[in-house]
Amino acid sequence: MLEGRRLLRVLRRTVIQAVPTILGIVILNFLLLKLAPGDAADVMAGEFGAATEETMAMLRQRFGLDVPVLQQLLAYLSNLAQFSLGQSPRYGMPVSELIGQRLPSTLMLMGMALAIAFGLGIALGTAMALTAGRWPDRLLSVVSLIFYSVPGFWIGLMLIVLFSVKLGWLPSGGQETIGAGLTGFDYILDRLKHMILPATSLALFYVAIYGRLTRAAVLEVASQDYVRTAAAKGLPPLAITLRHIVRNALLPVTTLAGIHLGGILGGAVVVETVYSWPGLGRLAFESVMRRDFNVLLGVLLLSSFLVIIANTLVDLLHAWLDPRVEVR
Amino acid sequence: MLHLKSVVAATAAFFLSLALGAPVAEAQQPKHGGTLRFVMKYEPPTLSALNNTSTPTTSAKIWDGLVTYDPDLKPLPMLATSWSVSPDGLQYTFNLREGVTFHDGKPFTSADVAFSIMRLKAGHPRGRGTFANVTEVKAPDAKTAVVVLSKPSPYMMVALGPSESPIVPKHVFENFDVATPPGPPQHIGTGPFVLKEWVRGSHAVLERNANYWDKPRPYLDRVIVRFMPDAAARAAAFEAGDLDLGGSAPVPLSDMERYKSHPRLAVDTRSFAYTGAQHQIFFNLDTPILKEKKVREAIAHALDLQAIVDTVFYGYAKVSPSPISVALTTWYDPAVQPRKFDVNIANKLLDEAGHPRAANGMRFPLRLLYNPFIDARLAEFVRQSLRRVGIDATTQNLEFGAYVKGVYTDRSFDLTIESLTNVFDPTVGVQRGYWSKNFRIGLPFSNSAHYENPEVDRLLEAAAVEIDAAKRKQLFSQFQRIVHADAPSVDLISPLEVIIANKKIRNYARGAEGLGDNFADVHFVD
Repeated sequence: MLEGRRLLRVLRRTVIQAVPTILGIVILNFLLLKLAPGDAADVMAGEFGAATEETMAMLRQRFGLDVPVLQQLLAYLSNLAQFSLGQSPRYGMPVSELIGQRLPSTLMLMGMALAIAFGLGIALGTAMALTAGRWPDRLLSVVSLIFYSVPGFWIGLMLIVLFSVKLGWLPSGGQETIGAGLTGFDYILDRLKHMILPATSLALFYVAIYGRLTRAAVLEVASQDYVRTAAAKGLPPLAITLRHIVRNALLPVTTLAGIHLGGILGGAVVVETVYSWPGLGRLAFESVMRRDFNVLLGVLLLSSFLVIIANTLVDLLHAWLDPRVEVR
Repeated sequence: MLHLKSVVAATAAFFLSLALGAPVAEAQQPKHGGTLRFVMKYEPPTLSALNNTSTPTTSAKIWDGLVTYDPDLKPLPMLATSWSVSPDGLQYTFNLREGVTFHDGKPFTSADVAFSIMRLKAGHPRGRGTFANVTEVKAPDAKTAVVVLSKPSPYMMVALGPSESPIVPKHVFENFDVATPPGPPQHIGTGPFVLKEWVRGSHAVLERNANYWDKPRPYLDRVIVRFMPDAAARAAAFEAGDLDLGGSAPVPLSDMERYKSHPRLAVDTRSFAYTGAQHQIFFNLDTPILKEKKVREAIAHALDLQAIVDTVFYGYAKVSPSPISVALTTWYDPAVQPRKFDVNIANKLLDEAGHPRAANGMRFPLRLLYNPFIDARLAEFVRQSLRRVGIDATTQNLEFGAYVKGVYTDRSFDLTIESLTNVFDPTVGVQRGYWSKNFRIGLPFSNSAHYENPEVDRLLEAAAVEIDAAKRKQLFSQFQRIVHADAPSVDLISPLEVIIANKKIRNYARGAEGLGDNFADVHFVD
């Protein structure tokens, strides 16, 4: 009862804060994008390798680029007010449909990457803290430092060279075996096989961060009075570690995870390119190059939604992990 | 009607030639079956070439053309079995193939040809020029189409290949917008493959058309087209055995040596007349210093074209010194040769032009731009060559949209390294760069130099309507010599098409269209 009311209050406050934030994001993005030299008609006519002035004029008119910028912005906002993201002139289809096709693959990739980062990072950090100062700690520290400092695309390529080219265990790219017509369990297995390498490449950087963070937090929590009390009343070491130490040490990790969500979306561009993964990151990147700004604005809008939602979830998670934290 | 062509003999000769390049023992019947995994660098907005010139390779698999071409651009029958041209060059009569149906089962008739040509004239970026003189396409009966012109268009006969001018079904496109990129529901043609699935950003699956008119072709069960923008990813996929075929140098040229000795993959290097690839430097003649011919000549003398071929392109290019690419063997005039590479001559010319070196060794600065689809190392080569003779060139690395605007709208450049491809005919591909009436602010790939020469205009306009091939060649020869002497551009090189292919596949690029082949004859060998 009390819990429910508190949740509602949080949601209402989030919505009230989110609307102006998102409106600001849209307008700022729109104006920033208009600063880029060249428009969609320039790029398309350029790609055609041959065009006439009539083609250019026709393209601009169809893309709605022949009116002043302010009018274009108003047209976009009024579209948005009707819950429409507009049309992609380049693809000749609605932006929402384009994004809808890509969103599931990106979410799956992000989800798996976050899971790997979390699982592996916390395990690594705990192991490091428990062996602090001895050789396993030193070794794992070096490993996590490597994960942290080597760029994701290079790790991605090296994983492909090892696991696809040399060993032939995993596919080199794409999100499924094209044209295999798999169903049921085989299909899921196929998708998972395609996801392992890209998700790992995306996750390793965050594994390092969460590892370091968990190590510090576990060391701090381990010196708390209640941990000593637990040991004094005769609890087995595993129970102390899991229930009393790690649970409390999770707080800083979850805070950062919310912030990282946006970062993972950005890092996904590189990984999606290296692994030919048809996700949102690549769609956004290609839209920039092609000045297909309706698509880009749609992706940015959706990403800001995702980040806001994730931050709200982290707030709630926080409150659940640590009852002392009041969600305000 | 004169010049009626004996097309049967041509067909026989063509299909005999298919065996070339394959071991003699394979002249037997090719086997059916198999999936070809083909890679493209960029995903086009549509797979159709109807109103888009960036998709010739995919379009040709789904839609046929009236004709196709042997490597020397000699037309061969496709949807048209024979054709004739009236003596005044104003009327082209095509006799169409019997018993051809579209993928949706509807019959192919002359009405579709008439519709397609008028649609290409209205909506195809090049078709507007190629078919500009078409006044109407008559369909006296279901299997005859007559194209009527107001002025002779000698280049039209080479513009009818499937990769350039697809023949589309009237009943599908009649109510479809001219400029919208056709989506999957509109991907219905008469071609050897049928679009089955297109996952945007990933791949398209083309299935064998069992009712294709050219039986027993196609041999393949399926063609998978993958879109992979990253060179390293393509290289990895080739190495892992996930790809069979790719063009336009699918892996970096620096890696090519390794693929040459690959047990499973072959490197195929050729020049295709339909693309007419050409890289050249255009001078901005509105820049005061470049108005002086001696300065332009000095720059030409400062560039070692053979070194560009050997270092920047690892030998995968040919020196191409004329405004008409050496890839267009019919039209290139061998009398046009590069200006001698000699730093002393360049320095002397610049001194004579009144631009002595300053204390820091530099004479004057210039802004050098380059089309981002061209290897940045070429720009670096040019920059260093110019600095050697005291021209302080600065390069700017722009992405495509910014580049097009910088050169063609803002004209904020002094030199630009451009890749104005000549396509299949100089009137279509070369004229746009040198014709004074095509100096148009804001129009990409127009006359960026702002070059004006009445004699050149006259030659280009005369060649555009000259139906006598020998006279036309003469006009283009004169054009090349004058432009080369005037030097509004320094023509550099013609990059070769570099294809990486699985050693077990055959006949993927039979004619002048290169990988714009329809793949009907592609098959695997053991």
